Amino acid sequence: MSLLLVFVTALAAIGFVVLPFLRPPVAAVPDDPARVALLEERDRAVAALKELELDHRSGAISDGDYRALVGRLRREATQALRASSRTAT
Amino acid sequence: MALFGRAVLVLVLALLAYSTLAGTYAALRGRRRLLASARNALVASFACTALAAGTLVVAFVRDDFSLTYVATHSSRQLPLSYTLAALWSGQEGSLLLWLLVLSGMSAAALILNRRLVADVLPWTVPILAGMAGYFAFIPNVVASPFATQVAPANGIGMNASLQNPYMMIHPPLLYLGYVGLAVPFAFAMAALASGRVDERWVVASRRWTLFAWTLLGVAILVGAKWAYESIGWGGYYAWDPVENAALMPWLGATAFLHSVMVQERKNMLRVWNVVLIALTFSLTLFGTFLTRSGVINSIHSFSQSSIGGWFLAFIAVVAIGSSVLILSRLRLLRTQAKLESLVSREAAFLYNNLLLVAFALTMLWGVAFPLLSQAVRGVPVTVGPPYYNFFLKIFGLPLLLLMGIGPLLAWRRASFRSLVRAARWPGAFALLVGGMLLFSGAGSSPPGLVAYTFSAFVMSAIVLEFVRGTRARKDDSMSWLGAFSSLLARNRRRYGGYISHAAVVLLAIGVVGSSAYGTTATKHLHAGQTMSVGGYSATYISTTLRHEANHDALRGQFALSYRGKDLGIVAAGKNHYNVEQFFSNAVGIHTDWLRAEDVMLIGDQFDKDGSVFLQIAVNPLIDLIWIAGGVFLLGSLVAMWPDAREERKLARRSLEVAAPVPA
Repeated sequence: MSLLLVFVTALAAIGFVVLPFLRPPVAAVPDDPARVALLEERDRAVAALKELELDHRSGAISDGDYRALVGRLRREATQALRASSRTAT
Repeated sequence: MALFGRAVLVLVLALLAYSTLAGTYAALRGRRRLLASARNALVASFACTALAAGTLVVAFVRDDFSLTYVATHSSRQLPLSYTLAALWSGQEGSLLLWLLVLSGMSAAALILNRRLVADVLPWTVPILAGMAGYFAFIPNVVASPFATQVAPANGIGMNASLQNPYMMIHPPLLYLGYVGLAVPFAFAMAALASGRVDERWVVASRRWTLFAWTLLGVAILVGAKWAYESIGWGGYYAWDPVENAALMPWLGATAFLHSVMVQERKNMLRVWNVVLIALTFSLTLFGTFLTRSGVINSIHSFSQSSIGGWFLAFIAVVAIGSSVLILSRLRLLRTQAKLESLVSREAAFLYNNLLLVAFALTMLWGVAFPLLSQAVRGVPVTVGPPYYNFFLKIFGLPLLLLMGIGPLLAWRRASFRSLVRAARWPGAFALLVGGMLLFSGAGSSPPGLVAYTFSAFVMSAIVLEFVRGTRARKDDSMSWLGAFSSLLARNRRRYGGYISHAAVVLLAIGVVGSSAYGTTATKHLHAGQTMSVGGYSATYISTTLRHEANHDALRGQFALSYRGKDLGIVAAGKNHYNVEQFFSNAVGIHTDWLRAEDVMLIGDQFDKDGSVFLQIAVNPLIDLIWIAGGVFLLGSLVAMWPDAREERKLARRSLEVAAPVPA
């Protein structure tokens, strides 16, 4: 009985392992590390700007600190958006 | 039954060997179907391991003492709940549970992240399969739970210390925490091996790390509660090497969870993060080695065994392999991003990381030094609580303060004036609390006073953050509750993190209160006599003996009162486990939830003339430690909860990467 159970278990496991070979292949999704880096940079810049706005609105960051940072963050976000859209168009 | 268990374990090993080899070839050559097959082999290995574990549980329930493991860890007298928990009460069974958890979490990680694994991080499959393969090798070759013998009439029972409800959940939680850290480690190493060291492995790892970190933290607290209620020495954490073995990777994972935020926000600390996750995972393996090799004598460890060498070899492979991978990818990992100011949110994260890692390494030295001394000089040395308590103050107090300062700082750069302005209310509140405590006599413990002042600062800074955030979100169309919910929903990680910080503050208050301001006394009492400690009085009434299924319960009955107010009868005594021939303490605890204070009664010794040596420990604020566990869990759940906006952003980014780029 034990041997039969082992046989059935092994058969089921092997069937599951060979299953991908019985299915049509799925095409690889292209991956471009340089583009990934640009998109990450863009999202980072936008997220930093949003967080700064929230911190300023809530009073966690003073007007002085806000003014010192917001211009630079906006410039960086604009540059990142431009760079990422250049690669996509 | 034994034959089936053994054969299925061989099948598990074969599946994992295939998964490792096929996965490696597939990752090297970009064979997608072969990679899917290797992934399926790992998933199948989990199903087969579950069958093997189920077989062992059935053997326990049927009292099948022909299995040596069952006979040496159970008995006919053992209640069913403990019989089920007997699976992990010994070396062989707990290694099987480890394999079950590792293969299960690996399978879940590969299924939930299948696109990322197939397209970007194919090396995740062979790395996870290789690690699981090691844990399948041990029960197959070194320590089999399915070894057989001539069945005796009864088993020798379960270690009596483990016959406790907390020990039914502590080990599985601990394993989930330990093993869960294998997943972020595998993603990190796969990112290095694949040359894809961007943010994607961090995003994939984040929730797994949080999950493992949460369970490891809860497991440590459940273990502390077990020590507190079961061992009966009045404390909950003794800086035992095995306890430290769980705390060290938790500290490493805490540092990692903070430093990956810096990578996500500033693209900094990329080298540090892979080093940190490799160190953290190595610490989990080192902890496992300590517990299982028999090199240390601890209430928590298994007896001397032959698997220590195998574990050391595995740790060496992980440490050398990850170091080589990190060094080979240093050029890719380095970025242009720099720390702009020493007064900024990322700088606070960096200080936090340095303190956490320094504390973890200091603990590692404290744990390893006696082993090295024994091995090199043959001289046994003990590193005790004074060493750890000293460094807890050195690293813990600045860490506590940083938890309050960090959220008040802006990313990139904050002016000192702005910091002073943001900290003025929390600072004033902290000074007020500190002054009041000093006035009320808490200055007897200067570190305790400092810890409480810092705790007040952090707690008020957290409350202020919530108030400010809610106020910023609120407009005319939104209620305060709506604004608060919206704040949490839109910033789960940030505010979940603050809730976890609040848990750490509660923990700190509880630890300081119970250790710096606690009182203990012992007295020999005859029936009718009374002893008093810290306002509490206990009058010894009588002793009773009750026969339970698996033990005899000897209990002293004490009438407890506080400053004259009757608190009822509290029983404290000992359990005698007949099959195991073992005595354990059964302490009596009265909890005052309003003051979060416990009075603990420990029946140290019961004499034949009916007298008793009673120890009373008054533990102020200790219940905040257990409440902190609940708050910690809540904070983790908030931080872990899926964020639809973030997932949409990541999905959009993946589509943008995959979209064809015109020339």
